[in-house]
Amino acid sequence: MKLFEKSAAELSAMLQKKECSAVELTQDVLDQIAVAEPQVGAYVTQCEDTLEQAKRVDDARANGESLHPLAGIPIGIKDNISTKGIRTTCSSRMLENYVPPFDATVMQSVHCAGMVITGKMNMDEFAMGSSTETSYFHQTHNPHKIDCVPGGSSGGSAAAVAAGEAIVTLGSDTGGSIRQPASLCGVAGLKPTYGSVSRYGLVAFASSLDQIGPIGKSVKDVAMLQSVIQGHDSMDATSAYRTYTNLCDHLSGDVKGLRIGVPKEYFGDGIDTCVKEAVFAAIRQLEAQGAVIQEISLPSTEYAINTYYIIASAEASSNLARFDGVKYGYRTASYDGLTDMYEKTRSEGFGDEVKRRIMLGTFVLSSGFYDAYYKNAKLVQRKITQEFQQAFQKCDVIITPTAPSPAFRIGENINDPLKMYYNDVCTVTVNIAGLPAVSVPCGRSSDGLPLGMQLIGNAFAEQTILNAAYSYEQIVGGFHVIPEAFCTGGANA
Amino acid sequence: MKDYEVVVGLEVHAELNTKSKIYCNCRNAFGLEVNTQVCPVCMGMPGTLPTLNEKVVEYAIRMGHAMHCQINRVCKQDRKNYFYPDLPKAYQISQAEVSLCGKGYLDVMVDGAMKRIGVERIHIEEDAGKLLHDESFSGSLVDLNRCGVPLIEIVSEPDIRSSAEAKAYLETIKSILQYLNISDCKMQEGSIRCDVNVSVREKGATEFGTRCEMKNVNSFSAAVRGIEYEAKRQIELLESGGTVVQETRRWDDAKGMSIVMRSKEDAQDYRYFPEPDLLTIVVPEEKVQALKESIPELPNEKLQRYVFDFGLSQMDATLIAEDLTRSALFDACVALNRCKPKSISNWILSDIAKYTNETGKTIPETALTPANLTSLIEQVEQGVISNASAKKVFAVIVAEDKDPLKIIEEKGMKQNSDLGFLEQLAKDVLAANEKSVNDYKNGKTNALGYLVGQCMKASKGKANPGIVKEIVTQMLSE
Repeated sequence: MKLFEKSAAELSAMLQKKECSAVELTQDVLDQIAVAEPQVGAYVTQCEDTLEQAKRVDDARANGESLHPLAGIPIGIKDNISTKGIRTTCSSRMLENYVPPFDATVMQSVHCAGMVITGKMNMDEFAMGSSTETSYFHQTHNPHKIDCVPGGSSGGSAAAVAAGEAIVTLGSDTGGSIRQPASLCGVAGLKPTYGSVSRYGLVAFASSLDQIGPIGKSVKDVAMLQSVIQGHDSMDATSAYRTYTNLCDHLSGDVKGLRIGVPKEYFGDGIDTCVKEAVFAAIRQLEAQGAVIQEISLPSTEYAINTYYIIASAEASSNLARFDGVKYGYRTASYDGLTDMYEKTRSEGFGDEVKRRIMLGTFVLSSGFYDAYYKNAKLVQRKITQEFQQAFQKCDVIITPTAPSPAFRIGENINDPLKMYYNDVCTVTVNIAGLPAVSVPCGRSSDGLPLGMQLIGNAFAEQTILNAAYSYEQIVGGFHVIPEAFCTGGANA
Repeated sequence: MKDYEVVVGLEVHAELNTKSKIYCNCRNAFGLEVNTQVCPVCMGMPGTLPTLNEKVVEYAIRMGHAMHCQINRVCKQDRKNYFYPDLPKAYQISQAEVSLCGKGYLDVMVDGAMKRIGVERIHIEEDAGKLLHDESFSGSLVDLNRCGVPLIEIVSEPDIRSSAEAKAYLETIKSILQYLNISDCKMQEGSIRCDVNVSVREKGATEFGTRCEMKNVNSFSAAVRGIEYEAKRQIELLESGGTVVQETRRWDDAKGMSIVMRSKEDAQDYRYFPEPDLLTIVVPEEKVQALKESIPELPNEKLQRYVFDFGLSQMDATLIAEDLTRSALFDACVALNRCKPKSISNWILSDIAKYTNETGKTIPETALTPANLTSLIEQVEQGVISNASAKKVFAVIVAEDKDPLKIIEEKGMKQNSDLGFLEQLAKDVLAANEKSVNDYKNGKTNALGYLVGQCMKASKGKANPGIVKEIVTQMLSE
């Protein structure tokens, strides 16, 4: 097995035991990028100094410095997370040449841990999409089936982990943008509790829903990276002030007595049979290990998609207003006066999906429509949140499918926004209620595409859902993340 | 012509003088090199987030208490969305639905009488940057130093009925802001600005007329001129059979006229919604109370006391009430109850004002104590020393803490008021100046001054001139 095929947890142990160096590991990942990237297209920008970064870690280790367990592990960063000195495009023409003058708070944490930044990952433009097809730059392909989408919006981040082009990655999740691509690419991805990871430096899509989270090959990888990025940040007023514990220290595979809720609304007609069967099978396996299964009901789920697209678009219309061509980013070549400059810049700088949501958001906030749309959506948000709170009095973890189907073909849904939006049907409620949820692989479709299940927890119960997911991972003997086509075998095999 | 009444409502924006800006740690300072007091947050760079400066909340609550407002301990901040190059986020964080301070009022003095003006609300918000236009470059450039400077907006009820009331209201707000030390109130730096809403109606009407909002009113005198212009314009319009249309106008103070900016149809839809990057503001009840207790007696309250309790003129009372050091000295002197408040006021506004102006010292920087000052004034009131002597004593006690009685004693300034002595003195002087006595009796009344002067001379200046004058007048009429 080559180094890029291994999990961060395994590589961390090897690095600490000096069975390999950070430079060797990084070189291995760079070699894999050279092989896989032409087919996958996971990156928008590759860092040129990755080997230097790795060398610094090796030098520090040689000097006997005490290092973080993830020191030297190559990590890819979604391209909406601000990286000082590295362009941060949000996969938009608008920010094609924008280089942030500061690091996001999570980047400071990643740097402190001594991780090696490989580059910036492709995404749907401004994180709006479920297929990475709205990227201004290029399409990212699903490593399991190259003519399929990797999901989105963190498609580049998920595909890179699945193809071995990075050991772990950071994504962001506003309505499912970490979990759905993780599901479609057969990797693990965590959307943390709202407020547990600083949003400072994350280019905002929908401020009240956005959350940065980790993507990895295993539950442990996700737990390790989440432990690095979580924590209170005084730069983010919505960051939760509380004690954060290392999630790896308490990762147990014990689910005896764990109460698992299965909400019937998440297994309806819109969900592919293969997905439902795979998730039910996984639930039965957890039951066999001592978990207690109970059917629950979350009746307001049917309003979730509408609620989500109103709130998210409203906030987006305001958040994206700053891209006006005045101070940074794209500005139209010729214009006649200020208004014309604004109109042309934004017409040319944004893609169709972004413009659609800005218009939608502008509409729902307009005077005369505000009460009917935005205000009502906020009321439904409260209702959905209450239903989850009630459910968590009866159970510890709620299990649902992550996505309604396995990966679909590139181009299949791009001209049907409503069908595309339906991809988020199982995931948006979690953002609406601010809860944590992890997606882990749970079997394959008949044509070999990965399927995913979502484990939802109460606020700040990351440990509980990761433990349950870890238990499942143990039962199935690990997730075999990287498809055969991208494993070349070799000297280390 | 019918009899009209003007109805005015004011929106006053005041920059707060907190050390740092409202949502970041940048310095809140005026007049520094362009784009130097900025950071990614106040420049609205992608991914940045605001964090609220708690001092802004405190300052606004103090102003709320000063204006008797209900304090909304739980309130939100909202986004006001609009595009302009001086607004880098393309939205201003303000308060829409619920403001930090709700309904209140302000008592102001107009022509010696009190007038109560309702306050609708006070909210907190951030200032925008500035566009720079200059012949040395083409187009416009943006200076973002002012982005994120904290503002409070004080919105009055439409209770103002004249430009004089508007002026009194504005000046009272200014003096309170300065008293509380929450704003520098430098008009020329734009730290107080106001929007003026004007309508007119027939006297006695119960419905309001259609109002026009005037922007760009940059001084109190401009507000007065603007209101008068706008009222006249609207009345003329109505008198000529026209109707007033609701619109936003821009005041051009140089030309002394307002021009249309936009009509009601073109009114911007700011698409307010709750700012998701900030938490709900929750101020503990104890803090609201503590801030209330920190409010000193305010200038408008002092003014009322000085005029109605002590009989000072509105002008004198205002000059003392609006200056914290003057009013402190005045109140301390009055409390000693040794002389007339009016005399204290006269001293403060004449000799003391002259001294502080000439030396640049503030009253607390002088050696003046309430005890010494009242003691001095008491001696003058009782006729123990002359006004001329009093000025000499003042020159001493303003420079060192010395008992005026001692100074009077040492310098022998005491006047002689003994009637027996003064009558003998007058008798002698009249006897020696028969010609002047005859002149007086023949109608040359200025001979009186000469005779009194001769008495003073004969007594080597010690005679009480007031009493001498009385005695001489009496003797001449016999």
